[in-house]
Amino acid sequence: MRPFDYQAPADAGTAVAAVAARPDAAFLGGGTNLVDHLRLGVAEPGLLVDVTGLLPTGISDDGGGLRIGAGVANADLAADSRVRRHYPVLARALLSGASGQLRNMATTGGNPLQRTRCLYFQDVTTPCNKRSPGSGCAAIGGATRQHAILGASEHCIATHPSDMAVALSALDAQVEVLGPDGERTLAFGELHRLPGDAPERDTVLEHGELITAIVLPPLPVAARSDYRKVRDRASYAFALVSVAAALEVTECRITDSRVAFGGVAHTPWRARRAERVLRGATPSDEAFHAAAAAELADARPQDGVDGGNAFKIPLLTRTLAGTLRDLARQEA
Amino acid sequence: MSETLEHRAIGADLPRRDGDRKVRGTAVYADESPAQDPVYCRIVQAPLARGRITSVDPAPAEAEDGVLAVLTPATAERLADTSDAEYAILQDDEVHFRGQIVAAVIAETFEQARYAADLVDVRYDEQPGDTLLSADRPDLYRPEQVETGAAPDTSEGDVDAAVAAGPARIQQTYTTPMLHNNPMEPHATTALWEPASHGGAGSLTLWDSTQGVHTVRETVYTVLGLDREQVRVVCPYVGGGFGSKGIPHQNVVTAAMAARAVPGRPVRLALTRQQTFSLAGYRPPTIQQVALAAGDDGRLTAIANDVVEQTSRVKEFAEQTVLPARTMYAAPNRRTSTRLAALDVPIPSWMRAPGECPGMFAPEVAMDELAHELGIDPIELRERNEPDTHPESGLPFSSRNLLACLRRGAEQFGWPDRDPLPGVRSHGGWWWGTGVAASVYPTMRMPVSEAEISRVDGRYVARIGATDLGTGTWTALVQIAADALGVAVDEVDVLIGDTDHPMASVAGGSSGINTWGSTLVAAAQEFRKRFGDTPADGDSARAGVPANEAAERYAMSAFGAQFAEVAVHADTGEIRVPRLYGTFAVGRVVNPRMARSQLVGGMTMGLGMALYENSLFDPRTGHVVNHDLAEYHVPTQADVADLRADWIDEHDPHVNAMGTKGIGEIGIVGTAAAVANAAWHATGTRVRDLPVTLDTVL
Ligand SMILES: Cc1cc2nc3c(=O)[nH]c(=O)nc-3n(C[C@H](O)[C@H](O)[C@H](O)COP(=O)(O)OP(=O)(O)OC[C@H]3O[C@@H](n4cnc5c(N)ncnc54)[C@H](O)[C@@H]3O)c2cc1C
Ligand code: SF4
Repeated sequence: MRPFDYQAPADAGTAVAAVAARPDAAFLGGGTNLVDHLRLGVAEPGLLVDVTGLLPTGISDDGGGLRIGAGVANADLAADSRVRRHYPVLARALLSGASGQLRNMATTGGNPLQRTRCLYFQDVTTPCNKRSPGSGCAAIGGATRQHAILGASEHCIATHPSDMAVALSALDAQVEVLGPDGERTLAFGELHRLPGDAPERDTVLEHGELITAIVLPPLPVAARSDYRKVRDRASYAFALVSVAAALEVTECRITDSRVAFGGVAHTPWRARRAERVLRGATPSDEAFHAAAAAELADARPQDGVDGGNAFKIPLLTRTLAGTLRDLARQEA
Repeated sequence: MSETLEHRAIGADLPRRDGDRKVRGTAVYADESPAQDPVYCRIVQAPLARGRITSVDPAPAEAEDGVLAVLTPATAERLADTSDAEYAILQDDEVHFRGQIVAAVIAETFEQARYAADLVDVRYDEQPGDTLLSADRPDLYRPEQVETGAAPDTSEGDVDAAVAAGPARIQQTYTTPMLHNNPMEPHATTALWEPASHGGAGSLTLWDSTQGVHTVRETVYTVLGLDREQVRVVCPYVGGGFGSKGIPHQNVVTAAMAARAVPGRPVRLALTRQQTFSLAGYRPPTIQQVALAAGDDGRLTAIANDVVEQTSRVKEFAEQTVLPARTMYAAPNRRTSTRLAALDVPIPSWMRAPGECPGMFAPEVAMDELAHELGIDPIELRERNEPDTHPESGLPFSSRNLLACLRRGAEQFGWPDRDPLPGVRSHGGWWWGTGVAASVYPTMRMPVSEAEISRVDGRYVARIGATDLGTGTWTALVQIAADALGVAVDEVDVLIGDTDHPMASVAGGSSGINTWGSTLVAAAQEFRKRFGDTPADGDSARAGVPANEAAERYAMSAFGAQFAEVAVHADTGEIRVPRLYGTFAVGRVVNPRMARSQLVGGMTMGLGMALYENSLFDPRTGHVVNHDLAEYHVPTQADVADLRADWIDEHDPHVNAMGTKGIGEIGIVGTAAAVANAAWHATGTRVRDLPVTLDTVL
């Protein structure tokens, strides 16, 4: 672990300037991911700029939606009554993640930016293009149970581990960012990027850009939404696959839906093809399976020394069907 | 010896004597032992499975602030005895497995040591590692003996002919994965070398997290070439070991070497979780080919378990996986065999119920398969094959209450109404099933231990260098000593966890209470013989552990039965265990609350083996890639639902004076088979490779 400098500035502008000025600087949120990476040698920043004291920690009404300060703890966000009522998928995604202690520390800004749990990424003795560009990808042909089936590249097959991000992707959230050149807002769905030939970049954020808030739009369909996370043990494990879904059924037809997947791609995977298949369909297992099939048409499972991850295709199909079935039943 | 004690304190539900200290946080563990100006040691590990070190440049590390010494193969002290290759640390340039210690940095602060360790520049000539276990390797060999000293192979009659004759037969291959002990407390040592003491020869004190202070002392003084009296090992409390602290591993000897490199400064060395996965031993993976044959009446005509498992090339460890198949059931034709692949992998070692635990999975699933094939209830099948005497040695059992456990457990669990058909019970979106398996663990007493009992300030003080792994030794030994002396527990103190106390055996093989208790009883008898019932302050007597001559006339084992209810999610295949009940016959229970927590803990660990635990070994690199607790999954609170352990009132006059059989390990034996059998009953899919995960039953 490399020695580093530490600063805790009083305002966001100073923090952004401090990080922007040093290529080896990083923001420090709750630290539940970054501090692990310091210990493991996965991240070796020369300067940590602690933003926990300066980011907004409130959740406010925003034109029918909600503006969530980037400093809001995951635990507080999950407990917010407006979130629970209007966006249950988000509360459930948060509560399915990590542990109570971690959720108390983890922040709204840090959670979507947590890095992959790829075992090789976290082990500096193995090659990894994401950690050390150009060194190769040890995961390909290795232990791939938790790796991607969608959107991977020959350079990286990692998955994004955040549950919260899958919900935000389904909810059409917006991300507010302060950078060296000022503020900008981007769609949450544009935040993360596929690995391509530059897996070292998880997101489109530039160095020095600070997430200051996440905005949830008014979204009536989200009132009937759910997050279903599948994993081997009942708690405290990352998703093998997960489904964030919202469903609106009017007169026995699906009139609106939001679907996103976790555990299957380098990004939270918004399943727009599935949503298109669902629109206008009668809720039924056939329709749900057709939606999954459309989304997974390009899925490419990985072999692996641990048996690989081909099981994710049937597993995700069945998890999606089960989640939509339950939501449709709630509607009825 | 037959059971001689009148039980008054034994059997009482006393709280832990050390509970208060643990709850308040005043119980001191190895890494936080009080030390004046401690320094920190950080190891450097080889990142390759096999090769040769071509150069080690410590200069970049030595140049860092606070660095006191860098131990390398060139600078480390020459060890006196490296006949046990595990302890040949920094003695030559060979790399035998990934994660081997190739250097160690000692610095003023933990952070400095950690940083400097990354700067030690080690170069290697890498050779291809041979790391993959398979049953068809041409180089499999038969070890001279398995870990307990038992024969690797046994054979009686003609198994193949009996299997060919049938009419019912099961021939299947079962596998158990590599598994790692993951105690909460890290493998940690604080070590101090004081060169001026012991008449100028120097003395070494180790505050170590260990299952046996004397075991550590024996190893360390031998390896370093010191006198036994120059080494003291102290360990009042342990935050779990599960076998991985049973024999000292490389970290302990490295800490001692580091201490000698910085005389007068206490050195702290705690392995990180990741380092533990290559240095503290593990349960080796096994491939078990089981054959069962039976007549239509369900009586076994043959039982065989042919085991292939791995050891490290640098040091042999032959897990005694074959033992349960020799003990459990009667059959005229029987065979067991052990074949090892010696690989460029870390050194396997003890993990809770070595041998019995993996070695019960395969036969107990096979018995379930046979029961189904014959259309006989699995409990009934076991009843029909209950042996009169030990199936291989022919000795009578000192007591054997497997059937009583099965019957009582069946009643409590609600087994009698069970529909035997698999894959037919679906409600609430889940498939439901139940399964049963037997448990077994041999009753052992170690040959060496000594205790001293003295009269001090009107109290009885017993001293014995035993260990409390968190199991309750601090309390249970008081109960035994009190009964042995015929006094109330309030009048007795028992001091353990220090080599200044008389030699005691390791806390392993579920032998602790059997051995140390027998020793205390002998010491109490000696004390009373010499000083009567009204001793004076200063009176003191010692005795060693008596030999158990009954062990030549009887086979001795604890038994049990475990029942699992499993629910498998109809959409996702997620597997949950709403109920897991165990009923055990473990002789006399010294302290019910601590016994229950041992059994429940063992069963919980067995649940982990059944469904979650799996050291993902990457043969390309030769290491376990899920080497932390986020990815190496043990059961969480949410996974443990209605989990119960109880026992029958078993009275065994032959095992020892207390009538105890040992309870530390039997709880994990058979659990995985019970859960796997229940998963089959729920889904109709038979999984023979652990762990049973959702993708295997989808
Ligand atoms: C054992 C364990 C289990 C876990 N299980 C789960 C799980 O099941 N599901 C799940 O979703 N998560 C899980 N997590 C991950 C956890 O949710 C994340 O670590 C946490 O959300 C990260 O938030 P943080 O504030 O601590 O981020 P930090 O660790 O502080 O930062 C993470 C990254 O984001 C950057 N960053 C932080 N804040 C900002 C900001 N405002 N703007 C720009 N950049 C920023 C940092 O520089 C760093 O690169 C688990 C973590 C652990 C340790
Ligand atoms: S999958 Fe991506 S993160 Fe994992 S080793 Fe390959 S490049 Fe690195």
